[in-house]
Amino acid sequence: MLKSKNIPLTITFIVGIIMIVSFFIPHRPFGDIEQISLKWYSIIAGFTMLLGVDSLVGLHYRKIKRKEENWQHSIVLIAGFLMVVIAGIVGTVQFGSAFDEKSFFTYIYNYFIVPLQSTMFSLLAFFVASAAYRAFRARNVDAALLLITAVIVMLGRVPVGEVISPYLPKFTDWIMEVPQMAAKRGIGLGIYLGALGVSIRIILGIERSYLS
Amino acid sequence: MKIFEKMSRIDRRYIYILIAAVVIVPLLLKPKLPIIPTKPVKDIFDYVENLPEGSNILISIDYDAASMPEQQPFLEALLRQCFRNNLKPVMLVQWQLGAPLGTQGLEKIAKECNAEYGVDYINLGYRPGYVAQMVGIGREIRDYFAVDYKNVSVDSFPIMKNIHNYNDFALLVGLEAGATYLLWVEYAGGRFKQKIALALNAVSAPDAYYFYQSKQIIGIVGGMKGAAEYEMLENKPDLAVAGMASQSYSHILIIIFIIFGNIAFFVEKNRMKKEGGK
Repeated sequence: MLKSKNIPLTITFIVGIIMIVSFFIPHRPFGDIEQISLKWYSIIAGFTMLLGVDSLVGLHYRKIKRKEENWQHSIVLIAGFLMVVIAGIVGTVQFGSAFDEKSFFTYIYNYFIVPLQSTMFSLLAFFVASAAYRAFRARNVDAALLLITAVIVMLGRVPVGEVISPYLPKFTDWIMEVPQMAAKRGIGLGIYLGALGVSIRIILGIERSYLS
Repeated sequence: MKIFEKMSRIDRRYIYILIAAVVIVPLLLKPKLPIIPTKPVKDIFDYVENLPEGSNILISIDYDAASMPEQQPFLEALLRQCFRNNLKPVMLVQWQLGAPLGTQGLEKIAKECNAEYGVDYINLGYRPGYVAQMVGIGREIRDYFAVDYKNVSVDSFPIMKNIHNYNDFALLVGLEAGATYLLWVEYAGGRFKQKIALALNAVSAPDAYYFYQSKQIIGIVGGMKGAAEYEMLENKPDLAVAGMASQSYSHILIIIFIIFGNIAFFVEKNRMKKEGGK
Protein backbone atom coordinates (compact mmCIF):
# COMPACT_ATOMS: atom_id res chain seq x y z
CA MET A 1 0.00 0.00 0.00
CA LEU A 2 1.23 3.48 -0.88
CA LYS A 3 1.84 5.50 2.25
CA SER A 4 2.30 9.28 2.13
CA LYS A 5 5.93 8.96 3.29
CA ASN A 6 6.85 6.42 0.60
CA ILE A 7 6.83 9.03 -2.19
CA PRO A 8 9.50 11.35 -0.67
CA LEU A 9 11.51 8.32 0.46
CA THR A 10 11.48 6.91 -3.08
CA ILE A 11 12.48 10.29 -4.57
CA THR A 12 15.33 10.59 -2.04
CA PHE A 13 16.53 7.07 -2.84
CA ILE A 14 16.46 7.54 -6.63
CA VAL A 15 18.10 11.01 -6.57
CA GLY A 16 20.70 9.88 -4.03
CA ILE A 17 21.67 6.84 -6.12
CA ILE A 18 21.83 8.94 -9.33
CA MET A 19 24.14 11.44 -7.61
CA ILE A 20 26.47 8.70 -6.40
CA VAL A 21 26.51 6.96 -9.80
CA SER A 22 27.07 10.24 -11.68
CA PHE A 23 30.04 11.00 -9.43
CA PHE A 24 31.78 7.87 -10.67
CA ILE A 25 30.26 7.81 -14.20
CA PRO A 26 29.89 11.49 -15.20
CA HIS A 27 28.85 10.53 -18.76
CA ARG A 28 25.41 10.37 -20.41
CA PRO A 29 22.76 9.94 -19.18
CA PHE A 30 23.97 10.33 -15.57
CA GLY A 31 26.00 13.48 -16.19
CA ASP A 32 23.01 15.20 -17.82
CA ILE A 33 20.63 14.14 -15.08
CA GLU A 34 23.07 15.37 -12.46
CA GLN A 35 23.46 18.76 -14.17
CA ILE A 36 19.68 19.21 -14.42
CA SER A 37 19.28 18.21 -10.76
CA LEU A 38 21.94 20.71 -9.73
CA LYS A 39 20.18 23.50 -11.64
CA TRP A 40 16.91 22.60 -9.93
CA TYR A 41 18.71 22.63 -6.60
CA SER A 42 20.08 26.08 -7.35
CA ILE A 43 16.61 27.38 -8.28
CA ILE A 44 15.04 25.87 -5.15
CA ALA A 45 17.84 27.41 -3.06
CA GLY A 46 16.87 30.80 -4.53
CA PHE A 47 13.25 30.30 -3.47
CA THR A 48 14.28 29.39 0.08
CA MET A 49 15.27 33.04 0.44
CA LEU A 50 11.67 34.00 -0.25
CA LEU A 51 10.60 31.61 2.50
CA GLY A 52 13.11 33.28 4.80
CA VAL A 53 11.77 36.73 3.94
CA ASP A 54 8.19 35.52 4.47
CA SER A 55 9.11 34.05 7.84
CA LEU A 56 11.05 37.13 9.00
CA VAL A 57 8.45 39.70 7.94
CA GLY A 58 5.54 37.53 9.18
CA LEU A 59 7.12 37.09 12.61
CA HIS A 60 7.79 40.78 13.11
CA TYR A 61 4.44 41.82 11.65
CA ARG A 62 2.71 39.60 14.26
CA LYS A 63 4.93 41.07 16.96
CA ILE A 64 3.83 44.61 16.02
CA LYS A 65 0.18 43.62 15.70
CA ARG A 66 0.11 42.02 19.17
CA LYS A 67 2.32 44.78 20.63
CA GLU A 68 4.64 42.16 22.12
CA GLU A 69 7.71 43.11 24.15
CA ASN A 70 10.09 45.40 22.19
CA TRP A 71 7.63 45.57 19.27
CA GLN A 72 9.13 48.95 18.33
CA HIS A 73 12.32 47.15 17.25
CA SER A 74 10.26 45.16 14.77
CA ILE A 75 9.11 48.40 13.12
CA VAL A 76 12.76 49.40 12.63
CA LEU A 77 13.49 45.96 11.19
CA ILE A 78 10.60 46.03 8.69
CA ALA A 79 11.34 49.65 7.73
CA GLY A 80 15.02 48.76 7.20
CA PHE A 81 14.06 45.68 5.20
CA LEU A 82 11.74 47.66 2.91
CA MET A 83 14.32 50.42 2.48
CA VAL A 84 17.00 47.94 1.34
CA VAL A 85 14.61 46.11 -1.03
CA ILE A 86 13.44 49.37 -2.63
CA ALA A 87 17.03 50.68 -2.88
CA GLY A 88 18.07 47.40 -4.51
CA ILE A 89 15.29 47.54 -7.10
CA VAL A 90 15.86 51.24 -7.85
CA GLY A 91 19.64 50.69 -8.10
CA THR A 92 19.19 47.78 -10.51
CA VAL A 93 16.78 49.76 -12.72
CA GLN A 94 18.90 52.92 -12.61
CA PHE A 95 22.44 51.54 -12.97
CA GLY A 96 22.05 47.94 -14.13
CA SER A 97 23.22 46.65 -10.77
CA ALA A 98 22.35 47.46 -7.18
CA PHE A 99 26.08 47.26 -6.45
CA ASP A 100 26.94 50.24 -8.66
CA GLU A 101 28.98 52.69 -6.60
CA LYS A 102 26.49 55.50 -7.24
CA SER A 103 23.43 53.53 -6.15
CA PHE A 104 21.65 54.20 -2.86
CA PHE A 105 21.87 50.46 -2.16
CA THR A 106 25.69 50.70 -2.09
CA TYR A 107 25.38 53.72 0.20
CA ILE A 108 23.21 51.71 2.60
CA TYR A 109 25.66 48.83 2.39
CA ASN A 110 28.74 50.96 3.02
CA TYR A 111 27.33 53.20 5.72
CA PHE A 112 24.82 50.94 7.51
CA ILE A 113 25.54 47.25 6.95
CA VAL A 114 29.36 47.39 6.98
CA PRO A 115 29.63 49.42 10.23
CA LEU A 116 26.90 47.36 11.90
CA GLN A 117 28.44 44.01 10.99
CA SER A 118 31.96 45.21 11.80
CA THR A 119 30.82 46.54 15.18
CA MET A 120 29.11 43.28 16.07
CA PHE A 121 32.19 41.27 15.18
CA SER A 122 34.71 43.64 16.79
CA LEU A 123 32.83 43.44 20.09
CA LEU A 124 34.29 39.95 20.29
CA ALA A 125 37.71 41.44 21.10
CA PHE A 126 36.27 43.03 24.25
CA PHE A 127 34.37 39.92 25.29
CA VAL A 128 37.39 37.68 24.66
CA ALA A 129 39.61 39.95 26.77
CA SER A 130 37.08 40.04 29.60
CA ALA A 131 36.48 36.27 29.39
CA ALA A 132 40.23 35.59 29.32
CA TYR A 133 40.63 37.54 32.54
CA ARG A 134 37.68 35.96 34.32
CA ALA A 135 37.45 32.41 33.03
CA PHE A 136 40.78 31.26 31.57
CA ARG A 137 42.10 29.60 34.74
CA ALA A 138 44.72 26.89 35.22
CA ARG A 139 42.38 24.86 37.44
CA ASN A 140 44.04 21.53 36.59
CA VAL A 141 46.89 20.12 34.46
CA ASP A 142 44.76 19.95 31.27
CA ALA A 143 43.61 23.55 31.64
CA ALA A 144 47.19 24.66 32.39
CA LEU A 145 48.46 22.92 29.23
CA LEU A 146 45.73 24.57 27.17
CA LEU A 147 46.51 27.93 28.70
CA ILE A 148 50.27 27.73 28.09
CA THR A 149 49.74 26.57 24.50
CA ALA A 150 47.25 29.39 23.89
CA VAL A 151 49.72 31.97 25.20
CA ILE A 152 52.53 30.62 22.98
CA VAL A 153 50.30 30.56 19.88
CA MET A 154 48.89 34.02 20.59
CA LEU A 155 52.41 35.43 20.74
CA GLY A 156 53.80 33.36 17.88
CA ARG A 157 51.00 34.32 15.48
CA VAL A 158 51.64 38.07 15.68
CA PRO A 159 54.76 40.00 14.61
CA VAL A 160 55.66 40.85 18.20
CA GLY A 161 56.43 37.14 18.71
CA GLU A 162 59.34 37.51 16.29
CA VAL A 163 60.62 40.45 18.36
CA ILE A 164 60.49 38.41 21.60
CA SER A 165 62.31 35.45 20.05
CA PRO A 166 62.77 34.19 16.47
CA TYR A 167 62.09 30.69 17.81
CA LEU A 168 58.62 31.58 19.03
CA PRO A 169 56.93 31.68 15.57
CA LYS A 170 58.76 28.47 14.63
CA PHE A 171 57.52 26.73 17.78
CA THR A 172 54.02 28.06 17.07
CA ASP A 173 54.18 26.63 13.55
CA TRP A 174 55.18 23.28 15.06
CA ILE A 175 52.19 23.41 17.43
CA MET A 176 49.88 24.22 14.51
CA GLU A 177 51.31 21.60 12.17
CA VAL A 178 51.76 18.66 14.55
CA PRO A 179 49.65 18.43 17.74
CA GLN A 180 46.92 20.81 16.53
CA MET A 181 46.64 19.12 13.17
CA ALA A 182 46.66 15.62 14.65
CA ALA A 183 43.65 16.51 16.80
CA LYS A 184 41.87 18.32 13.97
CA ARG A 185 42.45 15.49 11.55
CA GLY A 186 41.02 13.00 14.02
CA ILE A 187 37.96 15.19 14.55
CA GLY A 188 37.64 15.74 10.79
CA LEU A 189 37.77 12.03 9.99
CA GLY A 190 35.16 11.38 12.66
CA ILE A 191 32.84 14.08 11.30
CA TYR A 192 33.12 12.86 7.71
CA LEU A 193 32.65 9.21 8.60
CA GLY A 194 29.58 10.28 10.57
CA ALA A 195 28.30 12.34 7.62
CA LEU A 196 28.84 9.39 5.29
CA GLY A 197 26.89 7.11 7.62
CA VAL A 198 24.00 9.58 7.93
CA SER A 199 23.91 10.10 4.13
CA ILE A 200 23.64 6.35 3.53
CA ARG A 201 20.93 6.08 6.16
CA ILE A 202 18.97 8.94 4.50
CA ILE A 203 19.31 7.45 1.00
CA LEU A 204 18.19 4.03 2.22
CA GLY A 205 15.25 5.56 4.11
CA ILE A 206 16.47 4.44 7.56
CA GLU A 207 16.94 8.00 8.78
CA ARG A 208 13.59 9.78 8.32
CA SER A 209 13.75 12.66 10.77
CA TYR A 210 14.03 15.16 7.87
CA LEU A 211 10.46 14.27 6.88
CA SER A 212 8.89 15.27 10.17
CA MET B 1 46.38 40.54 49.69
CA LYS B 2 43.46 42.85 49.25
CA ILE B 3 44.87 43.95 45.93
CA PHE B 4 44.37 40.42 44.54
CA GLU B 5 40.85 40.34 45.88
CA LYS B 6 40.20 43.65 44.14
CA MET B 7 41.87 42.37 40.97
CA SER B 8 39.60 39.35 40.80
CA ARG B 9 36.56 41.62 40.98
CA ILE B 10 37.75 44.32 38.60
CA ASP B 11 35.02 46.14 36.68
CA ARG B 12 34.99 44.80 33.13
CA ARG B 13 34.73 48.33 31.75
CA TYR B 14 38.38 48.92 32.70
CA ILE B 15 39.29 45.88 30.61
CA TYR B 16 37.28 47.27 27.70
CA ILE B 17 39.02 50.66 27.95
CA LEU B 18 42.45 49.04 27.94
CA ILE B 19 41.57 46.90 24.91
CA ALA B 20 40.24 49.96 23.06
CA ALA B 21 43.48 51.81 23.86
CA VAL B 22 45.82 49.07 22.62
CA VAL B 23 43.82 48.79 19.40
CA ILE B 24 43.49 52.51 18.67
CA VAL B 25 46.86 53.91 19.80
CA PRO B 26 49.06 51.70 17.53
CA LEU B 27 46.78 52.56 14.58
CA LEU B 28 47.58 56.22 15.19
CA LEU B 29 51.29 55.87 16.04
CA LYS B 30 51.98 53.18 13.40
CA PRO B 31 54.95 51.44 15.08
CA LYS B 32 56.89 49.13 12.77
CA LEU B 33 57.07 45.43 13.56
CA PRO B 34 58.86 42.72 11.58
CA ILE B 35 56.48 40.78 9.33
CA ILE B 36 58.13 37.63 8.02
CA PRO B 37 56.12 35.65 5.45
CA THR B 38 55.35 32.09 6.51
CA LYS B 39 55.49 29.09 4.18
CA PRO B 40 51.72 28.60 3.65
CA VAL B 41 51.43 32.23 2.50
CA LYS B 42 54.61 32.17 0.46
CA ASP B 43 53.43 29.03 -1.34
CA ILE B 44 50.37 30.86 -2.67
CA PHE B 45 52.36 33.93 -3.64
CA ASP B 46 54.98 31.87 -5.49
CA TYR B 47 52.35 29.76 -7.23
CA VAL B 48 50.53 32.84 -8.54
CA GLU B 49 53.84 34.47 -9.43
CA ASN B 50 54.84 31.50 -11.60
CA LEU B 51 51.57 31.18 -13.54
CA PRO B 52 51.83 31.83 -17.27
CA GLU B 53 50.57 35.23 -18.47
CA GLY B 54 46.89 35.25 -19.38
CA SER B 55 45.97 32.48 -16.90
CA ASN B 56 42.50 32.77 -15.40
CA ILE B 57 42.08 32.83 -11.62
CA LEU B 58 38.70 32.11 -10.08
CA ILE B 59 38.18 34.18 -6.94
CA SER B 60 35.32 33.28 -4.63
CA ILE B 61 34.06 35.90 -2.17
CA ASP B 62 32.82 33.88 0.78
CA TYR B 63 32.87 36.51 3.51
CA ASP B 64 30.96 39.59 4.59
CA ALA B 65 31.67 42.88 6.35
CA ALA B 66 32.33 41.19 9.71
CA SER B 67 35.48 39.67 8.21
CA MET B 68 36.40 42.65 6.07
CA PRO B 69 39.56 43.63 8.03
CA GLU B 70 40.93 40.11 7.61
CA GLN B 71 39.90 39.38 4.04
CA GLN B 72 39.76 42.66 2.11
CA PRO B 73 43.51 43.44 2.40
CA PHE B 74 44.37 40.01 1.00
CA LEU B 75 41.86 40.40 -1.82
CA GLU B 76 43.44 43.70 -2.81
CA ALA B 77 47.01 42.37 -2.57
CA LEU B 78 46.08 39.30 -4.64
CA LEU B 79 44.37 41.41 -7.31
CA ARG B 80 47.42 43.68 -7.53
CA GLN B 81 49.59 40.61 -8.06
CA CYS B 82 47.18 39.26 -10.71
CA PHE B 83 47.11 42.46 -12.73
CA ARG B 84 50.87 42.96 -12.37
CA ASN B 85 51.43 39.49 -13.87
CA ASN B 86 48.73 39.85 -16.55
CA LEU B 87 46.59 37.17 -14.92
CA LYS B 88 42.83 37.37 -15.33
CA PRO B 89 40.68 37.34 -12.19
CA VAL B 90 37.15 35.96 -12.53
CA MET B 91 35.17 36.83 -9.41
CA LEU B 92 32.08 35.10 -8.10
CA VAL B 93 30.28 35.35 -4.78
CA GLN B 94 28.91 32.68 -2.45
CA TRP B 95 27.97 34.99 0.43
CA GLN B 96 25.35 37.53 -0.63
CA LEU B 97 26.58 40.20 1.78
CA GLY B 98 30.10 39.87 0.43
CA ALA B 99 29.09 40.86 -3.10
CA PRO B 100 29.58 44.63 -2.64
CA LEU B 101 32.92 44.10 -0.88
CA GLY B 102 34.22 41.96 -3.71
CA THR B 103 32.95 44.43 -6.29
CA GLN B 104 34.50 47.41 -4.49
CA GLY B 105 37.85 45.66 -4.05
CA LEU B 106 37.93 44.54 -7.67
CA GLU B 107 36.97 47.94 -9.07
CA LYS B 108 39.45 49.76 -6.81
CA ILE B 109 42.45 47.66 -7.80
CA ALA B 110 41.41 47.42 -11.46
CA LYS B 111 41.32 51.21 -11.60
CA GLU B 112 44.71 51.43 -9.85
CA CYS B 113 46.22 48.95 -12.35
CA ASN B 114 44.40 50.28 -15.45
CA ALA B 115 42.70 46.93 -16.04
CA GLU B 116 39.76 46.77 -18.44
CA TYR B 117 36.47 45.17 -17.44
CA GLY B 118 35.53 42.16 -19.55
CA VAL B 119 39.04 41.90 -21.00
CA ASP B 120 41.36 41.70 -17.97
CA TYR B 121 38.80 40.77 -15.34
CA ILE B 122 35.14 40.04 -14.80
CA ASN B 123 32.69 40.02 -11.91
CA LEU B 124 30.07 37.27 -12.16
CA GLY B 125 28.27 38.23 -8.96
CA TYR B 126 26.23 36.09 -6.62
CA ARG B 127 24.11 33.01 -7.33
CA PRO B 128 22.45 30.81 -4.75
CA GLY B 129 23.16 27.12 -4.54
CA TYR B 130 26.62 26.56 -3.09
CA VAL B 131 27.31 22.87 -3.85
CA ALA B 132 25.15 22.77 -6.97
CA GLN B 133 27.12 25.64 -8.43
CA MET B 134 30.50 24.24 -7.41
CA VAL B 135 29.77 20.91 -9.07
CA GLY B 136 28.00 22.52 -12.02
CA ILE B 137 30.96 24.76 -12.88
CA GLY B 138 32.89 21.54 -13.46
CA ARG B 139 30.84 21.11 -16.60
CA GLU B 140 29.90 24.60 -17.79
CA ILE B 141 30.10 27.85 -15.85
CA ARG B 142 27.41 29.42 -18.07
CA ASP B 143 24.80 27.07 -16.62
CA TYR B 144 25.01 29.24 -13.48
CA PHE B 145 26.61 32.46 -14.65
CA ALA B 146 25.09 33.23 -18.03
CA VAL B 147 25.24 36.94 -17.17
CA ASP B 148 27.66 39.03 -15.09
CA TYR B 149 26.78 41.04 -11.98
CA LYS B 150 25.19 43.73 -14.16
CA ASN B 151 23.06 41.21 -16.05
CA VAL B 152 25.15 41.49 -19.22
CA SER B 153 25.66 38.25 -21.14
CA VAL B 154 29.07 36.80 -20.29
CA ASP B 155 29.51 35.81 -23.94
CA SER B 156 29.80 39.48 -24.83
CA PHE B 157 33.11 39.70 -22.93
CA PRO B 158 36.40 38.56 -24.52
CA ILE B 159 37.71 37.20 -21.20
CA MET B 160 34.95 34.56 -21.13
CA LYS B 161 35.62 33.31 -24.66
CA ASN B 162 37.77 30.41 -23.49
CA ILE B 163 36.31 29.91 -20.05
CA HIS B 164 33.90 27.02 -19.63
CA ASN B 165 34.82 24.96 -16.58
CA TYR B 166 37.53 24.28 -14.01
CA ASN B 167 39.95 23.17 -16.75
CA ASP B 168 40.15 26.82 -17.77
CA PHE B 169 41.19 28.11 -14.34
CA ALA B 170 44.81 27.88 -13.24
CA LEU B 171 43.79 28.48 -9.65
CA LEU B 172 40.75 28.90 -7.43
CA VAL B 173 41.23 31.29 -4.52
CA GLY B 174 38.58 31.15 -1.80
CA LEU B 175 38.34 34.04 0.65
CA GLU B 176 36.55 32.35 3.49
CA ALA B 177 34.86 33.53 6.66
CA GLY B 178 32.95 30.32 7.31
CA ALA B 179 32.97 26.71 6.21
CA THR B 180 32.28 27.25 2.47
CA TYR B 181 35.91 26.32 1.78
CA LEU B 182 35.16 22.73 2.79
CA LEU B 183 32.78 22.49 -0.18
CA TRP B 184 35.36 23.97 -2.56
CA VAL B 185 37.93 21.44 -1.38
CA GLU B 186 35.45 18.55 -1.58
CA TYR B 187 33.93 19.33 -4.96
CA ALA B 188 36.18 21.62 -7.00
CA GLY B 189 39.34 20.06 -5.58
CA GLY B 190 38.33 16.48 -4.86
CA ARG B 191 36.23 15.86 -7.92
CA PHE B 192 37.65 18.19 -10.56
CA LYS B 193 41.27 18.38 -9.34
CA GLN B 194 41.12 22.17 -9.30
CA LYS B 195 44.16 23.80 -7.65
CA ILE B 196 42.91 25.70 -4.61
CA ALA B 197 44.36 28.40 -2.36
CA LEU B 198 42.50 29.56 0.73
CA ALA B 199 42.41 32.78 2.72
CA LEU B 200 40.69 32.05 5.99
CA ASN B 201 39.73 34.09 9.01
CA ALA B 202 42.24 33.54 11.80
CA VAL B 203 39.65 31.68 13.81
CA SER B 204 39.06 29.04 11.13
CA ALA B 205 42.58 28.84 9.63
CA PRO B 206 43.70 25.98 11.93
CA ASP B 207 40.83 23.86 10.54
CA ALA B 208 42.36 23.95 7.05
CA TYR B 209 45.90 22.93 7.95
CA TYR B 210 45.32 19.28 7.22
CA PHE B 211 44.23 20.10 3.67
CA TYR B 212 47.50 21.98 3.29
CA GLN B 213 49.58 19.14 4.68
CA SER B 214 47.88 16.61 2.39
CA LYS B 215 48.45 19.03 -0.56
CA GLN B 216 44.71 19.35 -1.27
CA ILE B 217 45.29 23.09 -1.17
CA ILE B 218 48.44 24.92 -2.22
CA GLY B 219 48.57 27.32 0.72
CA ILE B 220 46.77 29.21 3.47
CA VAL B 221 46.53 32.90 4.22
CA GLY B 222 45.44 32.96 7.86
CA GLY B 223 43.64 36.08 9.07
CA MET B 224 45.00 39.59 9.04
CA LYS B 225 48.53 38.32 9.79
CA GLY B 226 48.47 36.23 6.59
CA ALA B 227 47.14 39.21 4.64
CA ALA B 228 49.95 41.38 6.06
CA GLU B 229 52.50 38.78 4.96
CA TYR B 230 50.98 38.80 1.47
CA GLU B 231 51.13 42.59 1.35
CA MET B 232 54.83 42.41 2.29
CA LEU B 233 55.47 39.84 -0.45
CA GLU B 234 53.66 42.09 -2.91
CA ASN B 235 55.84 45.00 -1.69
CA LYS B 236 52.81 47.13 -0.95
CA PRO B 237 52.22 47.37 2.82
CA ASP B 238 48.63 48.44 3.31
CA LEU B 239 45.75 47.97 5.76
CA ALA B 240 46.73 44.53 7.07
CA VAL B 241 50.29 45.64 7.86
CA ALA B 242 48.84 48.71 9.58
CA GLY B 243 46.66 46.47 11.75
CA MET B 244 49.50 44.21 12.88
CA ALA B 245 50.69 46.42 15.74
CA SER B 246 47.15 46.65 17.16
CA GLN B 247 46.76 42.90 16.91
CA SER B 248 50.17 42.29 18.51
CA TYR B 249 49.60 44.58 21.46
CA SER B 250 46.04 43.37 22.04
CA HIS B 251 47.36 39.79 22.17
CA ILE B 252 49.97 40.86 24.72
CA LEU B 253 47.31 42.62 26.77
CA ILE B 254 45.08 39.54 26.75
CA ILE B 255 48.06 37.43 27.89
CA ILE B 256 48.69 39.92 30.72
CA PHE B 257 45.00 39.63 31.66
CA ILE B 258 45.30 35.84 31.71
CA ILE B 259 48.41 35.98 33.92
CA PHE B 260 46.90 38.51 36.37
CA GLY B 261 43.61 36.63 36.39
CA ASN B 262 45.43 33.41 37.32
CA ILE B 263 47.57 35.08 40.01
CA ALA B 264 44.41 36.49 41.57
CA PHE B 265 42.74 33.08 41.26
CA PHE B 266 45.55 31.21 43.04
CA VAL B 267 45.98 33.84 45.77
CA GLU B 268 42.24 33.75 46.43
CA LYS B 269 42.28 29.94 46.41
CA ASN B 270 45.12 29.85 48.94
CA ARG B 271 43.41 32.38 51.17
CA MET B 272 40.16 30.40 51.17
CA LYS B 273 42.09 27.21 51.92
CA LYS B 274 43.78 28.85 54.91
CA GLU B 275 40.52 30.31 56.19
CA GLY B 276 38.86 26.93 55.76
CA GLY B 277 41.74 25.31 57.69
CA LYS B 278 41.19 27.66 60.63
